[in-house]
Amino acid sequence: MALDFLLTQKVLTITADGDLRDYDNQEQLNALYQNLEKSHKVCFDGKSLQRWNSCLAAAFYQIILRAKAKNIEVDTTELPNDLQNLITLALTVDRKPKGKEGKNWGFLEDLGDSGLRMLEGIKKSWAFLGDTIKSLGRFFTGRAVLRRVDFEFALADCGYKAIGIVSLVSFMVGLILAFVGALQLKMFGAQIYIASLVAIGMTRIMGAIMAGIIMAGRTGASYAATIGTMQVNEEVDALKTLGLPVTDFLVLPRLLSLIITMPFLTMWADIMGMIGGATVAILMLDISAPQYWVYSIKAFELTNFLVGVFHGFMYGIIISCCGCYYGVNCGRNADSVGWATTKAVVSSIVIMIVATGILTSILEALGI
Amino acid sequence: MTEDSVKIKAEGLNIAYGSNVLMQNLNFEIKKGDIFIIMGGSGCGKSSLLRLLTGLKSVDEGKIWIDGVRFDNAEPAQKKKIMQNCGILYQSGALFSSMTLAENVAMPLQQYTNYSDDLIKDLVAFKLALVGLKGYEDFYPAEISGGMKKRAGLARALALDPDILYFDEPSAGLDPVSSKLLDDLILEINKSLGTTIVIITHELSSIFAIGKDSIFLDAETKTISAYGNPKELLKNPPNKNVLHFLSGGKK
Repeated sequence: MALDFLLTQKVLTITADGDLRDYDNQEQLNALYQNLEKSHKVCFDGKSLQRWNSCLAAAFYQIILRAKAKNIEVDTTELPNDLQNLITLALTVDRKPKGKEGKNWGFLEDLGDSGLRMLEGIKKSWAFLGDTIKSLGRFFTGRAVLRRVDFEFALADCGYKAIGIVSLVSFMVGLILAFVGALQLKMFGAQIYIASLVAIGMTRIMGAIMAGIIMAGRTGASYAATIGTMQVNEEVDALKTLGLPVTDFLVLPRLLSLIITMPFLTMWADIMGMIGGATVAILMLDISAPQYWVYSIKAFELTNFLVGVFHGFMYGIIISCCGCYYGVNCGRNADSVGWATTKAVVSSIVIMIVATGILTSILEALGI
Repeated sequence: MTEDSVKIKAEGLNIAYGSNVLMQNLNFEIKKGDIFIIMGGSGCGKSSLLRLLTGLKSVDEGKIWIDGVRFDNAEPAQKKKIMQNCGILYQSGALFSSMTLAENVAMPLQQYTNYSDDLIKDLVAFKLALVGLKGYEDFYPAEISGGMKKRAGLARALALDPDILYFDEPSAGLDPVSSKLLDDLILEINKSLGTTIVIITHELSSIFAIGKDSIFLDAETKTISAYGNPKELLKNPPNKNVLHFLSGGKK
């Protein structure tokens, strides 16, 4: 029970015998291919073939393909009818694809292509920003197509539903800030200034940054995934063909929600961070709660607090714009949604950090 | 029908979502090597029945046997073993978008067989050629048309030489020529490999062209109201709903 072949007078006879299911003898096939080169005709003999499956059919198909490529005559009439039919079916449709258009470019062409794509991306993002500003204009003049229920849903999603995670992370950051500061300040007996360190750090920038990073990962990613999936399901196309502005319908509720909630989340993060700092001070540094309170109030400045809140407001715009932009410009498959989500989070965080750097320099220059 | 000639058997099967009962007391048998059509109007529970037959939805009431083995309450390992002998072509092809067509077809072979890499490569080329996609091995699903995606999905469903092939609306979204090609392919696979084929569809042209046996899921009576060869059913419809459906809505 095996597959045999014999080359006589340039005729290669391949005999299939018995049970040849799961036929997987590549060495024999390679030897057969070598003999095929020397033949003028290939004859298949399957009179004694009892059982077979696709493995044998695939092997025969490969042999026939190679024979045809070399204009060698093939005779399959002695094969069982069903096997013949199957191989014939595989050979029938021979529509070779044109092949993928390979880009055989050099370094300079690649560089140019990257530059052009970057330019295209910048154009797209400017257009998106322009549409968003126009949308905001329509909103403030009462002409935007905005569903109240969408806005309320988005507001709840990035409002009270986000408080838990913002609280936990900000509390831990306050705790870490106090703990790291305490190690140094303790050496000079100045551990009481932990309260000032945490109060200034959290209110000026850390509260806003922590709230921003959490919301970029939580809400920005969700915006990109939701709108991206809508793009895959052609819902975005449906909006366009219905003549509804995509930015009004999809971007505006999300943008307004984050603009409104981010300053409040920042304030909440400030408070939780200071509570985290107080926990370390009271439990580990023997500072009493009233003492900590007094030093915190002393260090607290309205300017720092407002700068922090402004940062939160700015991060709200950045996160919502990045999430919605990558969602709207998502491709049409599952991979694209993943890509859009990743890009939305990474871009949000990078732009937030760069914007913070620029804003800090400006505020420094202004003496604020 | 003898027990040996029965591939799939359903007894007293109910299809329900909570208190919403779509179908009740479904009883039918599918012969080995049959092309069995499950037909009915939109929303009658055809796709839900397919989900029950493939184990994607748990059976609340009723029993299913595949090759004489109880399937509906089988252990997960047993179910997995049975499902290895079943191929499913989903409506959209359900190809994995991050993989090339060759990788899509090779995946079940790599998972469930000990075949050599060379054999898997040959098998992938053969299966893709069978469905008319020779040379498309390195293409990604996003780079081919909807009809091609379905055919590639069929190549993947055929990878392990399944005993049973399930098709969920094979003609949906295809032009008449592609639909006819797919029907011919189903007939050829059934003839050459002896595969039992179960098709969920409401495409009349496909039903009459390839169906050997069929059941009609009647949304009005919530059960099977016709059982037999589709052409025979058109000649002798058991009730007005079957006639209305099989005649394409003619009064």
